[in-house]
Amino acid sequence: MARLASYLRAGLRLAVLLGVTALMAAPSFEAAAGVELPKLEKGKGEKCVEDTAFMRRNHMELLKHHRNETLRQGIRTTKHSLKACVECHASGKTGSVASSKEDFCVACHSYAGAKPDCWDCHATKPGKHSVRQAAQPAVSPLMPSSGGRQ
Amino acid sequence: MSDSMNSKLEDRRHFLKTSAVVAGVTLGPGVLFFGVAQSRAPEEGASSNQRWGMLIDTTKCGDGCSDCVTACNTENGLTGHTGPQDSQWIRKVDIKDLRTGYVQSLPMLCQHCENAPCVDVCPTGASMKRADGIVLVDRHSCIGCRYCMMACPYKARSFVHEPLTDQNPEVPRGKGCVESCTFCVQRVDRGDKPACVEACDTKGHKAMLFGDLKDPESEVSKALKSSDSVEVRADLALHTGVRYQGI
Ligand code: SF4
Ligand code: SF4
Repeated sequence: MARLASYLRAGLRLAVLLGVTALMAAPSFEAAAGVELPKLEKGKGEKCVEDTAFMRRNHMELLKHHRNETLRQGIRTTKHSLKACVECHASGKTGSVASSKEDFCVACHSYAGAKPDCWDCHATKPGKHSVRQAAQPAVSPLMPSSGGRQ
Repeated sequence: MSDSMNSKLEDRRHFLKTSAVVAGVTLGPGVLFFGVAQSRAPEEGASSNQRWGMLIDTTKCGDGCSDCVTACNTENGLTGHTGPQDSQWIRKVDIKDLRTGYVQSLPMLCQHCENAPCVDVCPTGASMKRADGIVLVDRHSCIGCRYCMMACPYKARSFVHEPLTDQNPEVPRGKGCVESCTFCVQRVDRGDKPACVEACDTKGHKAMLFGDLKDPESEVSKALKSSDSVEVRADLALHTGVRYQGI
């Protein structure tokens, strides 16, 4: 009997412990970190192409998908393009998404401890060919006889 | 550049020249013309109904002119330096017939081979050919092993040795990856000509024609059909997208 009671006590202790752990793991940024949330500059567009919470967790998947489509298949839609992110989120101060600690990408990545290597190759500032401008399907001057074709 | 380097290049030029002459005789199956080219919307993607190609008329190529090289460097963010560790996507090559002393000047770039050896040897699938024949390196999966550089018969590829900054947003490039001419894919996809071709036109030489080899109505197809042209090293049967006249 004494043994059963001690099992029960142990079980109870475990349950309490698990409960506390679960509380700690709850996705509350303030409670989890004690580190101040990054203060992100507002993007230039009206709103993001996806829900902010969704983007926070899934932007990398979207970018990966898009990069494969663009590079390998030549699909040049702009909705999930890295260039479009940069155009919208480049800082008013530095003109970049990753040149100072406060810039959009770096601010969040350093908070999250993520070190993606996008910027080894990709420009951190918008270029002269805006993706929005590029989105207009051009009638190709490469095809002089394209008059009768779609 | 050291003397031995010079003489190596010299050798290579003669090699290319000789083989081009052989190519003229043993010219393999030509380019097939069929299908109708389409200008496409952004969501459409590259299609095998097209094959981008180029015809370079060396008799029109200006001696001492390197506007195509400069335009490429500007468009793609290359320094223009020509040291052993610098990227060169297109270079002017002088070839000399040793028997007659006749010297010609021509631009050499990735030939966008149909049977690309660089694609065959790549262990990661990074070196790839798009449906429309443009050969690219997917830097996301390139491990920098440089097999493709060894495999390319045209010495068309370069390795990036140092970290880069301020890249052209449309042309991401970085340390540790191999790269080569992309036919200015960013321009072609929005309907513009490659930067080198545009520069050659602007200069008034018009030595480079670019277009869809599968569209019988394209300027390049018509030119190919109406006059003789060769692949460099046609003996390798790589069916290059770039062809030359006058060599
Ligand atoms: S020229 Fe060289 S880099 Fe270009 S497709 Fe052929 S083998 Fe590959
Ligand atoms: S260097 Fe990169 S692209 Fe070339 S073979 Fe190796 S992995 Fe493939």
